[in-house]
Amino acid sequence: MPRIPVGTAIESALQWLVDHVGGFFDALSAVLLFAVNAVYTALATPMPFVLIAVFGLLAAVTVRSISLTVFTVLAFLLVVGMQLWTQTLETLAVVIIAAVISITIGVPIGILAANSPRVSVCVRPVLDFMQTLPVFVYLVPAVFFFGIGVVPGIVATTVFAIPPAVRLTELGIRQVDAEIVEAARAFGPRPGQVLREVQLPLALPSIMTGVNQVIMLALSMVVVAGLVGAAGLGGVVVNGVTQFNIGVAFEGGIAVVILAIFLDRVTSALGGSRGSGRRARAALDMLLRRRPREETDQVPVRTAA
Amino acid sequence: MIEARHLTKVFDLPPARARRALDTGTDRGRAVREAGGVLAVDDVSFSVQQGELFVVMGLSGSGKSTVIRMINRLVAPTAGNVVYDGTDVGGMTRQQLRELRNKRVGMVFQHFALFPHRTVRENAAYGLKARGMPRRERLQRADRALEQVGLGQRGDAYPDEFSGGMKQRVGLARALTTDPDVLIMDEPFSALDPLTRRSMQEQLLELQRDFRKTIIFVTHDLNEAMRIGDRIMVMRDGRIVQLGTGPEIISRPADGYVHDFVSDVDRTRVLTASTVMQPPWVTATLDEDPASVLARMEESRGRGVYVTDPGGEIAGVVTPALLSEAIAEHRADLGDCVGDDYTAVPDDTPLVEFCHLAGGHTVPLAVVDRNKHLVGVVPRARVLDAIASAPKDVNEHA
Ligand SMILES: Nc1ncnc2c1ncn2[C@@H]1O[C@H](COP(=O)(O)OP(=O)(O)O)[C@@H](O)[C@H]1O
Ligand SMILES: [Mg+2]
Repeated sequence: MPRIPVGTAIESALQWLVDHVGGFFDALSAVLLFAVNAVYTALATPMPFVLIAVFGLLAAVTVRSISLTVFTVLAFLLVVGMQLWTQTLETLAVVIIAAVISITIGVPIGILAANSPRVSVCVRPVLDFMQTLPVFVYLVPAVFFFGIGVVPGIVATTVFAIPPAVRLTELGIRQVDAEIVEAARAFGPRPGQVLREVQLPLALPSIMTGVNQVIMLALSMVVVAGLVGAAGLGGVVVNGVTQFNIGVAFEGGIAVVILAIFLDRVTSALGGSRGSGRRARAALDMLLRRRPREETDQVPVRTAA
Repeated sequence: MIEARHLTKVFDLPPARARRALDTGTDRGRAVREAGGVLAVDDVSFSVQQGELFVVMGLSGSGKSTVIRMINRLVAPTAGNVVYDGTDVGGMTRQQLRELRNKRVGMVFQHFALFPHRTVRENAAYGLKARGMPRRERLQRADRALEQVGLGQRGDAYPDEFSGGMKQRVGLARALTTDPDVLIMDEPFSALDPLTRRSMQEQLLELQRDFRKTIIFVTHDLNEAMRIGDRIMVMRDGRIVQLGTGPEIISRPADGYVHDFVSDVDRTRVLTASTVMQPPWVTATLDEDPASVLARMEESRGRGVYVTDPGGEIAGVVTPALLSEAIAEHRADLGDCVGDDYTAVPDDTPLVEFCHLAGGHTVPLAVVDRNKHLVGVVPRARVLDAIASAPKDVNEHA
């Protein structure tokens, strides 16, 4: 059998993209870099102890667990003690940006897929491809388009983290009791009202599980992104490994684990898996309400005297 | 008024292929099945009058839910159409359809289908919210609807704090806040325990008396159907097998399927005087000559005859003894010889309330209509027959 030049074809396709829409990638790169820097600056501006207090408070409010609050505070103090605070914040900034992008792309696709079997069928193999292709394979084209640094890390991370956002949004919406959705439709709602007021709030626990997974995947990917020159904890770990410096590698690894535990507990508590589901849904409900209408709603109707 | 014409629904097939399968003519159900679809509703036509409580009954899977959902087009018919107050629902624009669902038709669901993330008051206000009504006003109206169903003070609770019966009251309130003309209720009381169900049925009947809503009510419980329904449509495998009043269905089941359904219903509560009565063998009028009445009576071997006045109301009864006396006294008419040894019941009295009266007099029980006119009689033997069994010819079909 003759060799089928799949690799060559992909290479020339990528080359074509770089040659013809390179400007687009440059602009995207600039935007991403700006966003990450902005988030990083926002995180790094307060004193570490202030931010650690905020993290502790966040853990206390969302998870309502004293032990997790104590753990959060002590663990992040340890990070400061290991002099990895800056790198941890860099990593956190990348995770936040990648998660936000993955969610803003993934959730709408999940909604479309939930409402259209055709979209669902088309999307599924793409997601499988995105999730199972070895992560290093994305990194190379990402570098190809965006050069060495933090941006290819974000892009590769985003691609890797989109599938759970899509999947769990679709699943969540499909799992909403069909009779409830029908009841909503039976009263002749305005277009989009059923989605906003019934399907999304009721799918929220599942969507939040998706958000949680997105964040965890993003975090795991960020370390890999250290290979292509992304700074942060990934860089620390990669340096430690390549220089056979076991101590440094472990320190970086421990900081990653601390960040992971904190983000996991907080985001899974937001999903309402522990009781406060209704509160979270009510909060989302509030966010999704149409602002102008609700504000006029508050004003009592005055009749001309 | 709602008119369903030849409603047909095929699930799981694209409409064009579904119609092709339906056009085969002979066995539509089989043709659809072979094409890979489900013929859920097969050529169903009926009409529901303003203010009527119309019951759709049948076993699970007989197509009840599908039929009623085609009325407000939650399910689009594969063939046939629904005409609502003269307008074809299938021809409505999106906006008109929204308006139909929002203002004309309210719906109540088997498992309540309340929004768990909203308070009871917000649940009840949902239809008005969909209409875009300002918050304050819609919540006020929701409270009024909650009051109607006996939950006036509970608006701040969440549905999961409520029992089944209370949840369904909220479901009912949600359907009532929009003040619809028609209520579509899909097995609304099936998930409730028997006592709660009973009291909800009574409340529904009261509600219908007060507001004259048109109600389309689905159930698989014949006793429920008989208790509340003005007319009952019995369905099987997507088709109508019988449509009529409760007593009609009980006394003349169309086939073995209906007969089996009917066999475990409490007949004495469903059958009314008008369904078990028979025409009187002999009657007389006040101006008749006693001798000729006596002759007629002897011919029919009766022991008494109802006498009616010129208006058609019962004046009394005459017996051979009374007549002989009148003949002896040379009376020209029955005017002064009628006795009052009889009992009359209105024609809508349930059997259970009059069966002990049958056989208490020399004449059979009289049945009178709303104008007090004699319309029939119930001899003792008819009562026993009615309680004991359905007509014999039905058993042969079974
Ligand atoms: N959305 C659907 N898709 C496919 N088949 C359906 C759907 N809804 C109902 N059916 C089928 O149509 C038939 C009638 O269902 P339904 O109207 O729900 O009956 P009932 O309400 O009397 O129990 C059943 O065989 C059911 O499986
Ligand atoms: Mg049903």
